[in-house]
Amino acid sequence: MTDVVVTGYGATTPLGGDAASTWDALLAGKSGVGHTTGEWVDKHDLPVKISAQLAVDPTEVLPRVQARRMDRAEQVAVVAAREAWAHAGLAVEKGEDPKVDPTRLAVIVGTGIGGVTTLLDQDDLLESDGLRKVSPLVVPMLMPNGPAALISLEIGAKGGVHSPASACATGAEAMAWAWRLLKAGEVDVVVAGGAEACIAPITVAGFVQARTLSQRNDAPQEASRPFDTGRDGFVLGEGAGVLVLERREFAEARGATVHGTLAGIGLTSDAYHITGPDPEGGGQGRAMLNAVRTAGLEPSDVGHVNCHATSTVVGDVGEANAIKKALGDHPVLTAPKASMGHLVGGAGAVEGLIALLSVRDGIIPATLNLEDKDPKVDLDVVAGEPRKMELTAAVNNSFGFGGHNASLLFTK
Amino acid sequence: MADTAEILSGLAEIVEEVAGIDTAEVTAEKSFVDDLDIDSLSMVEIAVQAEDKFGVKIPDDQLAELKTVGDAVSYIEKNQ
Repeated sequence: MTDVVVTGYGATTPLGGDAASTWDALLAGKSGVGHTTGEWVDKHDLPVKISAQLAVDPTEVLPRVQARRMDRAEQVAVVAAREAWAHAGLAVEKGEDPKVDPTRLAVIVGTGIGGVTTLLDQDDLLESDGLRKVSPLVVPMLMPNGPAALISLEIGAKGGVHSPASACATGAEAMAWAWRLLKAGEVDVVVAGGAEACIAPITVAGFVQARTLSQRNDAPQEASRPFDTGRDGFVLGEGAGVLVLERREFAEARGATVHGTLAGIGLTSDAYHITGPDPEGGGQGRAMLNAVRTAGLEPSDVGHVNCHATSTVVGDVGEANAIKKALGDHPVLTAPKASMGHLVGGAGAVEGLIALLSVRDGIIPATLNLEDKDPKVDLDVVAGEPRKMELTAAVNNSFGFGGHNASLLFTK
Repeated sequence: MADTAEILSGLAEIVEEVAGIDTAEVTAEKSFVDDLDIDSLSMVEIAVQAEDKFGVKIPDDQLAELKTVGDAVSYIEKNQ
């Protein structure tokens, strides 16, 4: 079976408007968390006034008319995909022949929530001004396959457009399905990732009512603190990550630069509770072990885990235990949500990219705000400064409401 | 009441806003679909904005008949 290699990547996150600036800011220990801008924060007197908003607004990057036809979740997806596509050396001028047979090119990009700001804004318009002011673009803007479909239009992908939806595991699940499609030889190239832009009153209110968000409004940059004893919930973020994945033979034949290999994947489900993870961590452990097994490796080969760890009291400890049980106590951990918040459907894609870069560059970013590690977390978590470390393999974990567990294993 | 030239320039501004087409390109003989590459969704937006700007009603069956910019200008001129 063919190898699946990464030949391009793109991102837009609370840390930076592209992949390089995100990676640099993460290594530099910067935080993308701040006070939420928007009149609705005070209007509803929500107890959470912080979030991780984008460093660069997509409307500053996209042409005006293109941007107005897209929900913000679609805008970030297109921004990240455009970067990844160019980075992979696949962008061509108008009129030039494509470098990939369009029928052998697929898109797999999902979102956890979909076009929630469009839904809210357009419902307001329907209430205030009536039917004729509702945009004819409402449905394509709010539909959860919108980000993937818009990317397919952008790059001319005719080999299938797919949109997995598994809440906070969506971005990683998209990579896993891309791996399956490429391994099966159905296509040569897949543009895969996840996108989210759901910092809106109803989503924040819902997460608040589920008691999942940090309320550290007085110190936003210290609010997201995975594995720390002082953690009190996650910080909602927004953004997108996209990878260009190819069959190795195809990438080599076209002389592409290979940044790493998506060597294995694991997708499992808990069937335990609609939001809570199985406390035994069985589903999480099986996802990690499936990623190791499908890569043809052993747990001892995994030197690093880029954790899902969102900074919730229960979740972080559960994941650490699952890692220890499945892989052993040797992997070195990090939790990038400390710096950029929780990108929901975008999280697995951006964090998968970070795990890939850790393997490529031999460096693991530090977990910001980890000052007093929870004694129940009996593993080595990088804190303070990034750690230089040669890695054979790194695993990225993403888990989602609904009991979804997705693990990706990257090698050089 | 707007005259022909005012309607044309007002319509061109709407087309620019909705579809990003330079106002200079929006001339009477141009077809919305074939020349200006405007899709049916954008046509709905353009019609709603034109109704507000010129105080006319453009029912769907009429909208379908407005093939060119000139068609739209004369319809608005007659019905404002």
